[in-house]
Amino acid sequence: MTSKIELRDHQREIYFFRLRLFLSLGFVVLLLFILLLRFFYLQVVRNGYFETMAESNRIYVVPIVPNRGIITDRNGVVLARNYAGYTLEVKPDKIASMDATIAEIGKLVEIKPKDLRRFNKLLSERRSLQTLPLRTRLSDEEVARFAAQRYRFPGVEIKARLFREYPYVEATSHLLGYIGRINQQEIDELEQSDKATNYLGSDYIGKTGIEQYYEGAMHGMTGFEQVEVDANGRAVRMLSRTSPQSGKNLTLTLDAKLQEIAVQAFGDYRGALIAIDPNNGEVLAYVSKPGYDPNLFIDGIDSESWDELNNSPDVPLNNRALRGQYPMGSTIKPFMALAGLHYNARPAAREISDPGYYTLPGSSHQYHDWKAGGHGRVDLFKSIVVSCDTYYYGLATELGIDHMHDYLEQFGFGKKTGIDLEGEVSGLLPSTEWKMKRYQQVWYPGDTVSAGIGQGYQLVTPVQLAFAVATLANDGVAYRPHLVKEIQDTPKTEPSTVLYDLHVPPEHLALVKRAMIEALKPGGTAAGAFMGVQYSVGGKTGTAQVVGMKQGERYDAKKLSEYNRDHAWFIAFAPADKPRIALAVLAENGGHGGATAAPIARKVMDYYLLGIAPKPLQKVSDRAGVEND
Amino acid sequence: MNLRQLKQRFMLHLDPMLLYGLGGMMLVSLLVLYSATDGSWMRVLSQFVSILVAFSALWIIANMPLHWLMRIAVPMYVLGMLLLIGVALFGEISHGARRWLNIGVVTIQPSELMKIAVPLMMAWYFEKHEATLKLKNHVVAALLLAMPVALIVRQPDLGTSILISASGFYVLFLAGLSWRLMAVLGVGALASAPFVWHMLHDYQRHRILMLLDPSQDALGKGYHTIQGMIAVGSGGFLGKGYLNGTQTHLDFLPERSTDFIFAVYSEEFGFLGNLILLGLYAFIIGRGFIITANASTYFTRLMAGSITLTFFTYTFVNMGMVSGILPVVGVPLPLVSYGGTSMLTLMLGFGVLMSIHTHQRLVKT
Repeated sequence: MTSKIELRDHQREIYFFRLRLFLSLGFVVLLLFILLLRFFYLQVVRNGYFETMAESNRIYVVPIVPNRGIITDRNGVVLARNYAGYTLEVKPDKIASMDATIAEIGKLVEIKPKDLRRFNKLLSERRSLQTLPLRTRLSDEEVARFAAQRYRFPGVEIKARLFREYPYVEATSHLLGYIGRINQQEIDELEQSDKATNYLGSDYIGKTGIEQYYEGAMHGMTGFEQVEVDANGRAVRMLSRTSPQSGKNLTLTLDAKLQEIAVQAFGDYRGALIAIDPNNGEVLAYVSKPGYDPNLFIDGIDSESWDELNNSPDVPLNNRALRGQYPMGSTIKPFMALAGLHYNARPAAREISDPGYYTLPGSSHQYHDWKAGGHGRVDLFKSIVVSCDTYYYGLATELGIDHMHDYLEQFGFGKKTGIDLEGEVSGLLPSTEWKMKRYQQVWYPGDTVSAGIGQGYQLVTPVQLAFAVATLANDGVAYRPHLVKEIQDTPKTEPSTVLYDLHVPPEHLALVKRAMIEALKPGGTAAGAFMGVQYSVGGKTGTAQVVGMKQGERYDAKKLSEYNRDHAWFIAFAPADKPRIALAVLAENGGHGGATAAPIARKVMDYYLLGIAPKPLQKVSDRAGVEND
Repeated sequence: MNLRQLKQRFMLHLDPMLLYGLGGMMLVSLLVLYSATDGSWMRVLSQFVSILVAFSALWIIANMPLHWLMRIAVPMYVLGMLLLIGVALFGEISHGARRWLNIGVVTIQPSELMKIAVPLMMAWYFEKHEATLKLKNHVVAALLLAMPVALIVRQPDLGTSILISASGFYVLFLAGLSWRLMAVLGVGALASAPFVWHMLHDYQRHRILMLLDPSQDALGKGYHTIQGMIAVGSGGFLGKGYLNGTQTHLDFLPERSTDFIFAVYSEEFGFLGNLILLGLYAFIIGRGFIITANASTYFTRLMAGSITLTFFTYTFVNMGMVSGILPVVGVPLPLVSYGGTSMLTLMLGFGVLMSIHTHQRLVKT
């Protein structure tokens, strides 16, 4: 009996055990099924996603930076070039103690305080994950010394790169501008214009001047290499390669030698000179003095040099040719004369009597001529030759400011010329409408009187004035002034495109030009500078007041500080019968245009037309092998 | 004895079905290991030696009569506990965990021993009180389980403690732990979760957090999980082909010859390969179930059931963590991952299974 009960219990036990085992089996099957579902989800449903993840894990796209186009002058003289060199670059994210690392590197490679200051400035404004240059232009010996110790410096590496260099330094600084390291704002702009991918490997971008304006052409197309990498980022093999396309070389309209001569001709004067070929708008010389060393800016300028440039009273960073706005003084007179003829306000032959001052009808206020006692009887021709102020006080009053505005505007005053540089300003050509808008004031007749001799509200840039002279020299047919003659592999379109034709009656032009020729001959305002000239040349001097004179006060340069003296202007074109060069010269605080600005123009024209270089011409171009600091 | 007789004697206590399954697994292990180590014959050879050693151990255990097994249960458990206490007091620290004990000649990891010793001890205990099984016995058995687990959790070694807990729990479950009590324990476990959380080491907490959102720390703690999932997912239906896994061969997969070896397999053999591998595991587990169901004594039933279910747990936890549905705990893929110790303990377990199966067959005939 007992054994029977025991046996039944045993059966019961086995039954319960097998029940539990069966439940376990169900549990196992369920979980295995879950695994199966998970695999199905990962490997079949989401396979595409994970495949992409795996691909992006292993494939790096390495940008290959294209070589930047070089810049030459019209004769092939190199103005901006690339040279291969080594830099020591630092990845700040990978370095624990920057000071200690730099101190250690300093034992192998010389690091000047200047390098350190520049580096610290870059460090303070860097983008994340960027590498920063600590030293540029390493010697072969320094490279070898560092390479042997490289294992000690994770995050520091030597890179062989192409560097930009501007051999003409100050002489071409305002024209060429410079490239510099890309900043956050530029990244944003690149991203907005969908160009960011093309700059993936690029460290530099054109910041000002030609380098900025022609950035698109000169940068080139970035190439790409698809590289398979392992988890440590080491390249295992190359998968594919798209070669970069080098940037386009630029040929400027500039004549480097002429540019040098023009820069030299200024001596210590600050100012600007623009020389244009009136037949096509090609800019032959573009000077803004003083210049600066653009090479300093490429890898970030150190704060000391920056302060020096930025705080100098000479404002070397100001591109005077493009952005300096000055009263045009008497250089307005040839254009005023044409305006007078155009509106038939005063027949050319009508003479006025100049007592040395002008008074508005019903007023006793005297507007003085520059020559005390006056020029006697003056007609239009003589008014230009002797630069008679009284004549133009009256002519302006007779024309009225709005006629003046309308006519002068055609020569490009008061608006941008459209030269191929960023940042051009438009100057100021006043009108009644403008004054009402700007000052909520009516135009006073007195405003018109001083406007007649280029004083008052009116302002021009040297580029504008050069453009106006070129248009005048080319008989009213205007070409857009431009600095680039040719972009490599790009069909020429820019030159010889007529901007507009003013259709100035030939007899008007002939008269004004004749007067301008006469002005450079004995008896004229710039006779001294053009003594013995071997070509026919027309021109006009101008003097722009920096500080206003009170009624009855006379200008005396000696009494004024240097920076308050008048600016000297000179405009000219030659050969007069068929002009090949037209220019505008501004010598800041140079006093009278005939004395300071005209001799500069003479030197430039002598070289351009006759090939005569002034005797003591120092070379400014030779800086090969000179240290970058 | 001629060769045929020799073979018969050799196979006497081995289970051919299980043997085929295990042998297939070993082939997979060597094959995948060769790929995971980028063709390192050294590692493959070393694994091969481990396999031979483990098979020898399996053969010896399989030939042991069952009462021997029962006789060594208590001494083995006591020795294991002493060694665990020794580890806690004098253990060597490696990678932030105190798991190893240097006993002069060799360094041993007592927790591995406990993978066998704990279920053995519990099964022995239940067998001893079979006739008068009460709730009290379940509590005592649970304590037998809890003590070593607590020591191992503190080492810390989450993977091993999970596996031992599981093996012990399976014994309790198969011994007839009441459903009501399990419900109470379940609720208790949930209630004590915050305290357990508090007891966990930072890295263990991180791993659990990362499971919830691995992308939060893609380069840090979530890296293992993400790279594992990428490897598995990018394998696709047919896989990238043997030796062609990019995640594997470009070093993106961490621990790819040990805990993450399944990702290597999955990447190169795809969903189809996973099906086959799961099939192989299911075959072994299924055979284990059959042996368990036919086991004649209380002790052997509990032991066989626990071994089979623990083997399954190993598999599920490893595949689950590699495919991102479980946190990354250090559990290797059974029989495939590189490493002699886990291979040895697993094969000892299968040795016990075979012994259970073959000795009772002999008894029957």
